[in-house]
Amino acid sequence: MTDNLSVLLPEIFLLLSVFSLLMLGVFIKNSYNFITKLSLVVLAVTCFIIFNIDDSSVTIFSSSFIRDPFANFIKILILISSIFVIYCSQLFIKDHQLTKFEYPIIVLLSILGMFIMVSSNDIILFYLGLELQSLSLYILAAIDRDNIRSTEAGIKYFVLSALSSGLLLYGCSLLYGFTGSTNFETISSELNKENTGAIFSIVFILVGLAFKISAVPFHMWTPDVYEGAPTSITNFFAVAPKIAGLAVLIRFMQTPFENIFSEWQTIIIFISVGSMLLGAVAAIGQKNIKRLIAYSSIGHIGYALAGLATGTVSGYSSSVVYITIYAVMNIGIFGCMFLMKKDGKYTENITDLSGISKKNPMMAFAFLIILFSLAGIPPMAGFFAKFYVFMAVVENEMYVLAIIGLLTTVISAFYYLRIIKIIYFDEIEKQFDHIKNFNISSTVFLSCFILITFFLYPSILSNIVNSIFLY
Amino acid sequence: MNFPILSTIIFLPLLGSIFIFLFNDPKKNNGAIYVSLFTSLSNFLLSLFLWYSFDKSTPEFQFVEDIVWISGLIKYKLGIDGIAILFIVLTTFITPICIISCLNSVKVRIREFLIAILILETFMIGVFCSLDLVVFYLFFEAGLIPMFLIIGVWGGPKRVYSAFKFFLFTLLGSVLLLVAVIAIYWITGTTDVIQIFETKIPEKYQYILWLAFFSSFAVKMPMWPVHTWLPDAHVEAPTAGSVILAAILLKMAGYGFLRFSIPMFPLASEYFIPLIYSLSIIAIIYTSLVALIQEDMKKLIAYSSVAHMGFVTLGIFTFTQQGIEGGIYQMISHGLISAALFLCVGVLYDRTHSRLISTYGGVVNQLPKYSFLFIIFVLGALGLPGTTGFLGEFLVLVGTFKKNYLVAILASTGVVLGAAYMLWLTKRVIFGKLKNKEIEKLRDVNFSEAFILGLLALAIIGFGFYPEILLDSTEVSINNLISNFQIDINNKMVFNK
Repeated sequence: MTDNLSVLLPEIFLLLSVFSLLMLGVFIKNSYNFITKLSLVVLAVTCFIIFNIDDSSVTIFSSSFIRDPFANFIKILILISSIFVIYCSQLFIKDHQLTKFEYPIIVLLSILGMFIMVSSNDIILFYLGLELQSLSLYILAAIDRDNIRSTEAGIKYFVLSALSSGLLLYGCSLLYGFTGSTNFETISSELNKENTGAIFSIVFILVGLAFKISAVPFHMWTPDVYEGAPTSITNFFAVAPKIAGLAVLIRFMQTPFENIFSEWQTIIIFISVGSMLLGAVAAIGQKNIKRLIAYSSIGHIGYALAGLATGTVSGYSSSVVYITIYAVMNIGIFGCMFLMKKDGKYTENITDLSGISKKNPMMAFAFLIILFSLAGIPPMAGFFAKFYVFMAVVENEMYVLAIIGLLTTVISAFYYLRIIKIIYFDEIEKQFDHIKNFNISSTVFLSCFILITFFLYPSILSNIVNSIFLY
Repeated sequence: MNFPILSTIIFLPLLGSIFIFLFNDPKKNNGAIYVSLFTSLSNFLLSLFLWYSFDKSTPEFQFVEDIVWISGLIKYKLGIDGIAILFIVLTTFITPICIISCLNSVKVRIREFLIAILILETFMIGVFCSLDLVVFYLFFEAGLIPMFLIIGVWGGPKRVYSAFKFFLFTLLGSVLLLVAVIAIYWITGTTDVIQIFETKIPEKYQYILWLAFFSSFAVKMPMWPVHTWLPDAHVEAPTAGSVILAAILLKMAGYGFLRFSIPMFPLASEYFIPLIYSLSIIAIIYTSLVALIQEDMKKLIAYSSVAHMGFVTLGIFTFTQQGIEGGIYQMISHGLISAALFLCVGVLYDRTHSRLISTYGGVVNQLPKYSFLFIIFVLGALGLPGTTGFLGEFLVLVGTFKKNYLVAILASTGVVLGAAYMLWLTKRVIFGKLKNKEIEKLRDVNFSEAFILGLLALAIIGFGFYPEILLDSTEVSINNLISNFQIDINNKMVFNK
């Protein structure tokens, strides 16, 4: 049987583009701008290719690679968010002299890794994709080589992530040992409650995946890496790998672990509750906005996991809706961070924002919308994200999880409000530099626009997401 | 389909604020003031027209708008009955008054202030119109954002603390409401209020759901012991913020009890009567005593608000025609009187920048017109017959006597205490000797101040002498509410299938 390679078209195109861009970069001098523009084009074309794929679900290579609407949706989400991340971080990259042509290429490589991850239907392929993604991310974290914090972030991320990959691999090998297959569907039919050894393996796999999406108790790397890595990289870290990690988690729960639902559900609930609580409490004392966003993203992952913990299609789709809106909010808030520049230097202190509503009203207003949305206050999009998740959670009568989740919303509202307080209520200290950059302002505007107008027709997103689960 | 008048009334202020946001030069405030006055006044006229065309003889919901909003889940459903219409008119009446009042009191960023007030008006009217729990929740919660900013940006010295306290207290109550709303969806399969009335929620869920709704409304009302955010918020908020807070935001909870808690959970409402009565009595007596010793005028009025709201909950949960009518009347009357009193305090504060009672004394010598108006409002607040304040408390007490003598007698002491602190306040501020040289320099109320205060005084006396205008439109709806409630209580079986 020959396999239809056109199924792999997005991945093949991305890979070939990476190679050719690398060649171009080596032979053309000072090619950063050129390569960046080309990689944006590559991402857009890949996006276009995926859009034109029909909705059927196809597997190739002895069903180790799967292309289905779910994978396509996640890929498009990763692509669009990466496009905006690269697009709006140009000014920052130039100011920090990170204009190495490898930068966009490594980003593309890690996106390729994510593609393979979300399309994998086999443990080995999944692991390959995961490592491709992770290795690229290690380099990205340390890309500011001369900066000690960036290097530290890279090393820290590498060591901890390698450890978790090891655990994950161990889990995979256990799974193979007890079920006799690496294919997700075969594993699914082999796994049952009597298979204690295999159940043991899901713990290791969950540990590995929880690390990648920085869920409690495997979140320790997040604040340090977020703070140490250059903001443009942190922006990427906060969005794309989280989407991919959550998608893979959903894939695992849906296919191989489908029959041992009650076993993993407890673990996910605990991880989710832990993340929500820690994300809410630990962020309160933060002075650095990147650390604060790190903790807030831990909390948000907790909400997304709460949807996943239901183990139902409506729960999964609520998680995907959540992570989509989360991506929009994060791109917006990082866009605002690129504007935090005083006397030519970027600042990360929250207190530096004090009183900016007087001199930079538009920037302050953008912060206001995004922060209220992050806090989940209606009518912002963030509320609907939480609403869908808790609809699914309450549907399955997990009231305790719902109440804990909503109470942590109140706690986390405190630190979002604190930033708003600093921006709007405090006296101005020192003005920010006036930055006129179309890339940043258009991205932030778009993000705010989506967050505000989402309430007009919220079904638009949930309909798409529901349809990808109904193949 | 008919003209969507409710949506127009809801979203007109929002349109006005967007207009100001987009087209107004930030350096010039006049344009913003005219636009906001124009929108809020035309909204007031629209709501009067709504009241006029409202059919008082039917308990059905009128002007219903029903559009699918989140497909398969939630409908954008609006509609009003005789209870809601009064609150809508109250909201549209108070908002222009607030806008006029900020001409004198708000000095910085007037444009943003007006935007916040208009957005807040949208959310407040939305609360009173929504017939879908999620839509209601959305409006109910969204109002926090502009109010938080109003307190925080334009407030007094301790504004940050107050704004946070206000926001977090209310949010904490509301998240439980959200869980309950979602749970109701999964129990009944809808969040459409009218359908829920018909479906009947099983008894085993009613108690816990009622408590979840109660947690939200009790904070908003506010009932003892979760009332502590209110004095702080009132003291620090700018005058217009205090007015809106006292006149309208506090009414949302009372309205919520009437619209949602009682018809949806009749068995639980009956079951929790002792809880409501005890909390109301504590609110009436305890907060009145607390009000007596306040040194800050705004704080005194804030505590008196808590006490007055105690009468409201007491009246609503008597489930008698008089009690509920009294509760609603008390809410409207408190909306007018507390708004007027806060405006009065604002007038003095704008001139002397002090709200402490001890700075004043003998104000009547310098500000005779002001003192005249002030005393009308004080008499209204203490329930003098002929003002709106009297009838509300009177009807509530009549209703309560039917139910429980002891509670009624205890509540009556609140009337005496209310007279005590209000009169004592007047004595110390308006009468007495001139203590402070600064007061001699004060000028009397200017035209815009006299205009809004006079308008409120007219309303308070007018509705006090002729309450039929208000009671007339509520009567059928209240009858319907009570008869449905009695039917539900008597047929407990329908809840246990």
